[in-house]
Amino acid sequence: MRLFANANYDFLGRRKVSLTLSGVVLAALLVVSIFWQFSRGSWLNYNVDFTGGTLVQIHFDQPTSVGELRDVVGSAVPGTEITRFGAENEYLFRAPAFSEEGTAVSDQIVQVLGQRYAADAFEVVRTEAVGPKVGGELQQKAIIAIVLSLLATLVYLALRFEWRFGVAAVGATAHDMLLALLLVSALRLDVSLTTVAALLTIIGYSLNDKIIVFDRIRENIKGAGRKQENIEIFNRSINETLPRTVLTSGTTVATLLALAIVGTGAIQEFALILIAGIVIGTYSSIFVASPILYYIERRWPRGEKKATAKRPRHVTA
Amino acid sequence: MFGSLKGRILIIVLVLAGAVGFYLKNGVKQGLDLQGGMHLALEVDDPTGTMTPEARADATDRALKIIRTRIDQFGVAEPLIQKYGSDRIIVELPGIRDEQRAKDIIQQTAFLEFRLVNSSRDFVEALPRIDRAIVQALGPDAVSRKDDSQSRQAFEELLFRRNADSAGTAADSAANSPESTTESRPLTSLLLDAGVDGEFLVELGDVETVKRYLELPEVQRLIPRGVALRFGASNEGVGTDLYRRLYVLEAKPFMTGEMLVNAVADRDPQFNRPIVNFELNRRGGRIFEDVTGKNIGNRIAIILDNEVYSAPVVNSRIGSRGQIELGQASLNEANDLALVLRAGSLPAPLKIIEERTIGPSLGADSIHSGLLAGAIGVALVVLIMISYYKLSGFLAVVGLAYYVVLLIGGLSAFNATLTAPGIAGLILSIGMAIDANVLIFERIREELALGRSVRIAVDEGFKNAMSAIVDSNLTTLITGMILFQFGTGPVRGFAVTLSIGILASFFSAVYVTRTLFLLYLQRKRAPEALSI
Repeated sequence: MRLFANANYDFLGRRKVSLTLSGVVLAALLVVSIFWQFSRGSWLNYNVDFTGGTLVQIHFDQPTSVGELRDVVGSAVPGTEITRFGAENEYLFRAPAFSEEGTAVSDQIVQVLGQRYAADAFEVVRTEAVGPKVGGELQQKAIIAIVLSLLATLVYLALRFEWRFGVAAVGATAHDMLLALLLVSALRLDVSLTTVAALLTIIGYSLNDKIIVFDRIRENIKGAGRKQENIEIFNRSINETLPRTVLTSGTTVATLLALAIVGTGAIQEFALILIAGIVIGTYSSIFVASPILYYIERRWPRGEKKATAKRPRHVTA
Repeated sequence: MFGSLKGRILIIVLVLAGAVGFYLKNGVKQGLDLQGGMHLALEVDDPTGTMTPEARADATDRALKIIRTRIDQFGVAEPLIQKYGSDRIIVELPGIRDEQRAKDIIQQTAFLEFRLVNSSRDFVEALPRIDRAIVQALGPDAVSRKDDSQSRQAFEELLFRRNADSAGTAADSAANSPESTTESRPLTSLLLDAGVDGEFLVELGDVETVKRYLELPEVQRLIPRGVALRFGASNEGVGTDLYRRLYVLEAKPFMTGEMLVNAVADRDPQFNRPIVNFELNRRGGRIFEDVTGKNIGNRIAIILDNEVYSAPVVNSRIGSRGQIELGQASLNEANDLALVLRAGSLPAPLKIIEERTIGPSLGADSIHSGLLAGAIGVALVVLIMISYYKLSGFLAVVGLAYYVVLLIGGLSAFNATLTAPGIAGLILSIGMAIDANVLIFERIREELALGRSVRIAVDEGFKNAMSAIVDSNLTTLITGMILFQFGTGPVRGFAVTLSIGILASFFSAVYVTRTLFLLYLQRKRAPEALSI
């Protein structure tokens, strides 16, 4: 069995369409994000990891309702946000504060519930309480990690390949990350440490994908005759790597789908973000990264080629 | 060729044996999110911000040792207690059920000291000056109490023997008149007679106000040399009339808990209330004997974390044993106090800056769904590879099985902790591990399509795919390293699995699968076709 054997699609020919599509999707998601920024105060739905505060997940034995729980907890711990979560009879309590007057807010919530319900009628599934100082630090570290990994890869690629490839690969990867981030924003997915890990994985995967295609382009440029147009070389390279691109993305998405279907809570979100990221990354290797490289090559042609072009031809009478 | 093939197989078997050996020796540690438990981040509490970084780091180091001893004595299986940065302590207690109790044991400073009660009149004589200083420092408005009731004032006058001269003014004019009790004598008016020299009673509602007054720098300066003030640990009185005792003590403790060698919880035979019996070392015993011998009839305050637990009258010379009365506490609390006293006191109070707990059911859930997803993912990969690449796909799957063993061995070798995001990373890396093989196989197919012989096609396929594989693995490894460096908690766990996964996948996809190919091709002299 062979997929895309001898494929010969004109990917680069549609570069204007694909780049416009990317631009439109980015713009649309950006509008949604800006809308969230103004309507909810933040374009990203940061969880306690970054904002600081308290999260308590509680499983009740008996059915209850958000309204009932609000009556119980609302007055004791003001500002608590209560939502249903995952499994049946499971609820999330979120409070902006980490501790009040020396007592942890999570303890206060559990205590108030203990006064209303029997102690064995509910179980604390998990609590996360992050002090404001730690939250700020985590946010800062996450940003540093993302920027540094992009920079480090840029340096590596510049050394290993040359700057044109490095800039195109990192530019396209930044596009992928921005798209994934805006998607997380638009869908109001929880932004936690796990989300950051997912975004960083997308960076790794997306770069990986671009390197494979670029590696083939580099090889084909080297082996190509002088007459061959860049557009031809690029198209051929993408088509040659197409079976690998589809197969690898396919198997990875398949394993992640298993995780998304079977997994629960944070893991499920993690898998979904990764799936979106891999689809975006695969798309952009072909339709974004290669056109960017193409434009860079056209604007700043290679030295020897430029020299070739400028070499005066023998005029034959 | 044959020799190098033997060498390859030897290396592969040795690495495999190493991986299995590490797994059997260390096992894979499960993260808190998988087995349930509590994660705490603590910092030296320095509300005034006066500690130097060196002092903070030093206090953190000493606190780390004390916490380790306490947790050891508390008895938690495989706790993790480590320093993070220069001044932060991370404590992870797997499987802990009573989180509050564990927090108390970690956080209690447990600084024990012994001081004589100062029954001289030095402090009482300083009171008028202190009162004036408070009025001057805070202004008359800040110290006036609008809610003063007549009965309260009358009660004060009744109990407070001294300075009864100006208190007789009418209560309704108290708030405005400069001569009024609360305005001109903000502190004195709150101190009620306890019937003994060197002790006062303060209404429970006034305790915070008194503490605030006493902390003023202007007041601190006026407190007589050699005198220190401490509140009692428990409330006294009945019903709504609750009081805290304020003790006037010697400024210098004659002994601290450092000289304590043992502490055991018990109940006192008289009231059946929990107590902690302690025993001092020989030097401490001598000091205790000496001080009690010279102070028969005086009181000795036993102070824990700046609160006076009791101040018994010395009736006779006491040796190396003593007890702390805990009043209404439970026997569990007495046990915990004995534990922290044995382990020693923290050099400074610690505050919790991050706290996460995971119930055991959630962890079991994550393991279950992780394993299931992993099994499904692997089955899908096997299916895709074998149906697409036939025998070669099968060889890749064998390489993948090797990879999984290697990964588990690697996690054990580095003592890495497997977390829920780690499992996700593992499953993801299975998908990515197959990428190297796909790259190689596609190259081999291309070479075969060009009409190359099987042997050459395989050689060329591996060779040509190598640069792309190395580049992609290295860039992902760079990401993994940066994640590890800057990540915390779950991100770090993910970075570890990712990095180990990449190294393992490089070895198995490139080296092991290659060897399998060599082994397969070596059986025939000139293979005509490759099942790919």
